[in-house]
Amino acid sequence: MNNSSMFKRFSIGILLVWLSVFVLLPNLMIIVTSFLTRDDANLISLTFTLDNYVRLFDPLYFKVLTHSVYMASIATFICLIIGYPFAYTISQLPKKIRPILLFLIIVPFWTNSLIRTYGIKVLLAKKGLLNALLLNLHIIDEPLRMMYTEFAVIFALVYILLPFMILPLYSSIEKIDKSLIEAAKDLGASKFTTFLKVELPLTLPGIIAGMLLVFLPAMGMFYIADLVGGAKNLLIGNTIKTQFLNIRDWPFGSAASITLTVFMAGLLFFYYKVGKSIKNRGNNA
Amino acid sequence: MLNKNQNSIIRLANAKKSFDNKVIINDLTLDIYDGEFVTILGPSGCGKTTVLRVLAGLETLDSGDIYLDDKCITQVPAEKRNTNTVFQGYALFPHMTVFENIAFGLRMQKIPEPEIKQRVNEMLAIVKLTDFKDRQPAQLSGGQQQRVAIARAVVNQPKVLLLDESLSALDYKLRKEMQNELKMLQRKLNITFIFVTHDQEEALTMSDRIIVMNNGSVEQIGTPREIYETPTNLFVAKFIGEINIFPAVIDSHIDEDKYLANVHGCQYTISTDLTLEKNQSVNILLRPEDLRIKELDDKATSVQITGHIIERNYKGMTLDSVIRLDSGERVQISEFFDEDDPDFDHSLGQKVAVSWVESWEVILTNE
Amino acid sequence: MLKRHISKVLLLLVYIYLYTPIFILIGNSFNASKYGLKWNGFTTKWYELLWNNDTLLQAAFNSITIAVFASSIAVAIGTLGAVALFKHQFKGKKFISGLLFVVMMSPDIVMAISLLALFIILGLELGFVTLLISHITFCIPFVVITVYSRLSNFDNAILEAGKDLGATEATIFKRIILPIAKPAIIASWLLSFTLSLDDVIVSSFVTGPSFEVLPLKIYSMVKVGVSPEVNALATMMILISISFVIAAALINKSDKSV
Repeated sequence: MNNSSMFKRFSIGILLVWLSVFVLLPNLMIIVTSFLTRDDANLISLTFTLDNYVRLFDPLYFKVLTHSVYMASIATFICLIIGYPFAYTISQLPKKIRPILLFLIIVPFWTNSLIRTYGIKVLLAKKGLLNALLLNLHIIDEPLRMMYTEFAVIFALVYILLPFMILPLYSSIEKIDKSLIEAAKDLGASKFTTFLKVELPLTLPGIIAGMLLVFLPAMGMFYIADLVGGAKNLLIGNTIKTQFLNIRDWPFGSAASITLTVFMAGLLFFYYKVGKSIKNRGNNA
Repeated sequence: MLNKNQNSIIRLANAKKSFDNKVIINDLTLDIYDGEFVTILGPSGCGKTTVLRVLAGLETLDSGDIYLDDKCITQVPAEKRNTNTVFQGYALFPHMTVFENIAFGLRMQKIPEPEIKQRVNEMLAIVKLTDFKDRQPAQLSGGQQQRVAIARAVVNQPKVLLLDESLSALDYKLRKEMQNELKMLQRKLNITFIFVTHDQEEALTMSDRIIVMNNGSVEQIGTPREIYETPTNLFVAKFIGEINIFPAVIDSHIDEDKYLANVHGCQYTISTDLTLEKNQSVNILLRPEDLRIKELDDKATSVQITGHIIERNYKGMTLDSVIRLDSGERVQISEFFDEDDPDFDHSLGQKVAVSWVESWEVILTNE
Repeated sequence: MLKRHISKVLLLLVYIYLYTPIFILIGNSFNASKYGLKWNGFTTKWYELLWNNDTLLQAAFNSITIAVFASSIAVAIGTLGAVALFKHQFKGKKFISGLLFVVMMSPDIVMAISLLALFIILGLELGFVTLLISHITFCIPFVVITVYSRLSNFDNAILEAGKDLGATEATIFKRIILPIAKPAIIASWLLSFTLSLDDVIVSSFVTGPSFEVLPLKIYSMVKVGVSPEVNALATMMILISISFVIAAALINKSDKSV
């Protein structure tokens, strides 16, 4: 009796302590830091200020912020455009080959993304494979400069994050009860109407989950911007990293990261609401 | 009856249990005798499963005591109790073979390997699963899994076997088969079985005694026949089988156990052990098969309970009718089919009189 | 008919997109041409160069050490936690799930700076210990979720059945829970290992010059320009990741019937 409750307490306790010390505490510290003032000697001085948040609207940083949101949004959108039909097609294939195809999506997902970004760099280089291909097909006459452009960053983001879009999409598409589609057809709906009125609404949670899983990490992947974007195409991640590691302005870096987190929380809340409303509709029907 | 020596094997005394301020078991006291097949019957949420889990040691009582063979086991944890459970979803260990599942309890008791082998093999033969002993539970049908679950519990030779809604996952035919098998097994092993179910038919078929529970309390304890024929309250009467209830008022005491009662303006003689006062209101309970139909002319006036037939259903053995009484109530009547009776086949809409076989009625005071 | 073909072409194009950069890296690691633009013949000299690059090898060794420790400790903590979450109802259960969710969802960079801030305030020197703590932290939720979801496929009543048949808590853990969770435990170890081995963002904040790890070394190398040794190294890392992922998938699959 006593032994078992000791074991239980140990199991829960160690996890609880770990998460409190290494997740809760540091996050609280960052929140506090974001309201403090930078100090050259001790990194931080204990003077309350909102200045760090105000400074985010300084054109210098605000431009990076908006540009970063812009690039991440485009990447998310492209992932959705490619990912949805892709996931849909896989869900229509025979059950036997589906796991293999999905597995081929998961493998890059688990391969070092830095190395894969490096692969993109080689692919997009002036004398790289993509230029060579386009030249050979006579689509272009001279090699394009693709590296260190906005295009390169978006290309790499899509490349790295596409699996994060496909997997939740697939799982929500695959879950749709096939008889619902048959019922829609039976009631006279065309294929397109069925998709628009039945399948799309039912897969909405998957769509939003995929968009979140692409959008959120996209904003932080500083090494992608570093490797293929050049100085002009920075992500928020780059700003945070510079503030912390180079300029050593922790309060400002914290404010930037809190902003990112709040943004994320807002999106998650939205996701939760949508998921709930769909569930409710299902229950009322 | 079967409780030869009335030797109490399990005794629950003043047991109480609440979850989140909701009373689940309310001051329950009951005795279960050695070697009997007892069913705890009740609607879902009546506390029957909790009683079983308390007996197994999987839940602890808030107050009260449990005795197993006259020893208090209230504080003994499940793993040290000489009871075993057949769980509702079987709860077979998915990573072990049938053999290993059945051997698990014996291994826990550190019984020597040759004896384990022998006992498990005997058990496998009894439940007819010898050929399946190396399979995993997932490779068995529902009925076979059920047998493994029973074998796994019984092989430990518990003093009491607890079965939690054990047949409800099976389809109708298999359930009937398993009911018979369970009864035979119980006779063969001579272990006390406590079976929990919400299915009244199952309870009537299998049990030596039935404990009817509602809202955490016992409503009635008795043999299936007592429960069916002489329910002691309206809940039991309504919960088990179909019942017709006629409200009545006592007119006078005739003699001994006979009274004159007024039902819907007609006088009937009723018999009961109860002591009743003049003008007391009572309920007369009658099973559909206790009632009789008599055809009437539309013009006939008589001092009988009358009504019109609104439904007729041929059920093979019986012919079931629903009659709307002139007072507006509906009664159900079940008559044995008799081809030779010319009057038998009443037609829909026909006016009839309803009566019952004298002294078959059950009288309950109006609580 | 046409539609079918279009969707098949789409599948093909996506797979080409996902795999071309990987194959270019692998190809170039055997390409005699230094800049990898033309095929100059097969060579293994980049692997030889790699083998003789002591700092790279040291970094690789460090990375593997961290990955082994981080995934083992995370699996130990995460498995115990998942089992407790599966078995018991207790206060703080929501709190734990909430924190796990925070780790899963917060962008790596946010976690990186918050841990950095903690270490600086605690006065810990950035290096092996801080890196290990960080990697354990981001692996834990992963282990908890994998093991928990495996366990929740099973009826909670099997634990009660064990108890009913006379097994103690320890026996139930050893004889019932562990065997059932084993595939998930192994899979989450393998996947934690690759997570740790591949991490760039968190590592670049919480380790110091005293303890260099491979992804950071590669990062600084590829920032400067194309280096064929990196191709060789990348190829090896890709192979390790792929074989671990395949192993994890096979282990999970082989026990599906259970």
